[in-house]
Amino acid sequence: MACIELQQIAHRYPALPGEASAYAVQPLSQVWQDGGAYALLGPSGCGKTTLLNIISGLLRASAGRVLFDGVDVTGLSTERRNIAQVFQFPVVYDTLSVADNLAFPLRNRGLKSAEIETRVATVLQLLGLEHMARVQARSLNADDKQKISLGRGLVRTDVNAILFDEPLTVIDPHLKWKLRTELKKIHQQFGHTMIYVTHDQTEALTFAERVIVMYEGAVVQIGTPQELFEKPAHTFVGKFIGSPGMNVLPCATDAGNLLLAGKVIGKLPYSASGAGQLELGIRPEYVSLVATAAGNPDSLPAVIAAVEDNGKHFVVRASINDLPISAIVREGTVIPESPRIMLDPAKINLYRNSHLVNA
Amino acid sequence: MKTQNNKAWLMVVPVLLLVALSAIIPLMTVVNYSVQDTFGNNEFFWVGTEWFQEILQSERFHNALLRTLLFSGLILAIEIPLGIAIALAMPRGGVWVSVCLVLMALPLLIPWNVVGTIWQVFGRVDIGLLGHGLASVGIDYNYTQNTFDAWATLIIMDVWHWTSLVVLLCYSGLVAIPEVFYQAARIDGASRWSVFRYIQLPKIKRVLLIAVLLRFMDSFMIYTEPFVVTGGGPGNATTFLSIDLVQMAVGQFDLGPAAAMSLIYFLVILLLCWVFYTVMTSHDNETHEGVHRAGGRP
Repeated sequence: MACIELQQIAHRYPALPGEASAYAVQPLSQVWQDGGAYALLGPSGCGKTTLLNIISGLLRASAGRVLFDGVDVTGLSTERRNIAQVFQFPVVYDTLSVADNLAFPLRNRGLKSAEIETRVATVLQLLGLEHMARVQARSLNADDKQKISLGRGLVRTDVNAILFDEPLTVIDPHLKWKLRTELKKIHQQFGHTMIYVTHDQTEALTFAERVIVMYEGAVVQIGTPQELFEKPAHTFVGKFIGSPGMNVLPCATDAGNLLLAGKVIGKLPYSASGAGQLELGIRPEYVSLVATAAGNPDSLPAVIAAVEDNGKHFVVRASINDLPISAIVREGTVIPESPRIMLDPAKINLYRNSHLVNA
Repeated sequence: MKTQNNKAWLMVVPVLLLVALSAIIPLMTVVNYSVQDTFGNNEFFWVGTEWFQEILQSERFHNALLRTLLFSGLILAIEIPLGIAIALAMPRGGVWVSVCLVLMALPLLIPWNVVGTIWQVFGRVDIGLLGHGLASVGIDYNYTQNTFDAWATLIIMDVWHWTSLVVLLCYSGLVAIPEVFYQAARIDGASRWSVFRYIQLPKIKRVLLIAVLLRFMDSFMIYTEPFVVTGGGPGNATTFLSIDLVQMAVGQFDLGPAAAMSLIYFLVILLLCWVFYTVMTSHDNETHEGVHRAGGRP
């Protein structure tokens, strides 16, 4: 187990003919604390996997240094970094049995057979695969194969970190939850440093203590799940996390007032001076519908386009002066005939050029 | 139900006719000759299994069969590992891939008798580059008089001609292995040998089976090249089954024994192919049984 430090790491893949080479990972520095459970969250192609492969050494970054516990490992091969990594698609050694698959990384490192046996037995039990220890790995289904891929990381108790690259993509939905819970338990039990790459926000938010959100090769926010939800640092984070994502609407200020669609909707929550486009962000959870302007002076008239029932609550798709806005209201709420929209002033975040204006 | 079955038969009739014309009817002619004796004039005498017994007991047949088995064995023992090794060494991307593939495909495009002629000339001590070259450095090489030299020439020729096929098949299997398997192997600290043994070999097993079967059948039936290069000599040293068969049928016009020998030859090939196939796929079957025993899902 180790504290992993990235110093000014950046990576470009070789340019394809006729294309300019773009950064897959823009220069970034980041420390992953020993024993931490991190999630790297972002849309496909944002550089998450590249970053993971740089940590494990499968890829040599074009610039920057990687340190494990303060020791520079930038030039070390994957084998010598002692990292476990689980990939998106299950990798098993077809001709080996389940138990031999789990023993494989230990045998390669020349451990004593008695110790190998103990560890393999422990992991088999942990993953609930004891009954198929002697079965050829090739004949298993995708779920079990992925468990083996995972198990090959877990048998190595001395690894510096376990990296997961969207490991539950091929897993049945009902098993996903179970395996994720199991991973969390394993983390609590063994205290490995774990980095979990995913584009699924639920996975990231339930697995990790800290979530790193990446967008176009750059880290846009690092925070606890709650911080990501309440105070997205970038409009992308707000839109990406949450279902539906945060409403981001162009707004203006006028003498300490906040204006939306040309109308005052309340006092500015905090000063937001500066140049560039100003936007307000508000979660649909904090948008409410009212029937009349009486008693709600800051409400705005809205046109409702659709009401979606997702079983738990209604998602109201509306617009204010053609600005689309979503609201989440309680299941069974009667939608008013000429509805007005209210924003919870305490929950409004202001963004200038897509970046959060700090209070 | 019955109507449907009849329709199905109707659909396969064209194929049956085609197979009958191309394979079964000519084969029946051979069967016909193998159980009868003829002295010309379209006179035939029933001899039963006499020709078969004669062939199976003849030393000439035993020797030819052993020579052919040895030849095929050596060919497989050389071409399969060599083919795998070359396929492993070939580049996986870039311009060199096309260069390698074209170079590999070249020998395969040359007709058999031309290959024979090339090597016949190449190996000649008086004018051949190989033969003359060896002679000039003091190596006593002569494939027309020395048994070992004749065998070596034929085997090197076949390796030169057909290893490419094994290479191309294995290469196609190797490039189909997803990169993530190699990455996982690096994570697991696997050695180069382990990567080959536990990832590459299992993944190319299917194409390797095809390569083994093709190379076995082809080398077991080899005729043109040894006929052109050595003519079966020196003595009978390179008289393989096919050469022996043609001598018997065309040279001596012993149609009965030749027909019996053809059938035995055919059955031997069929049997050995079945053995190869069974041995190389036995692992898969065990696997499935294993799952059922353990109550896992297939």
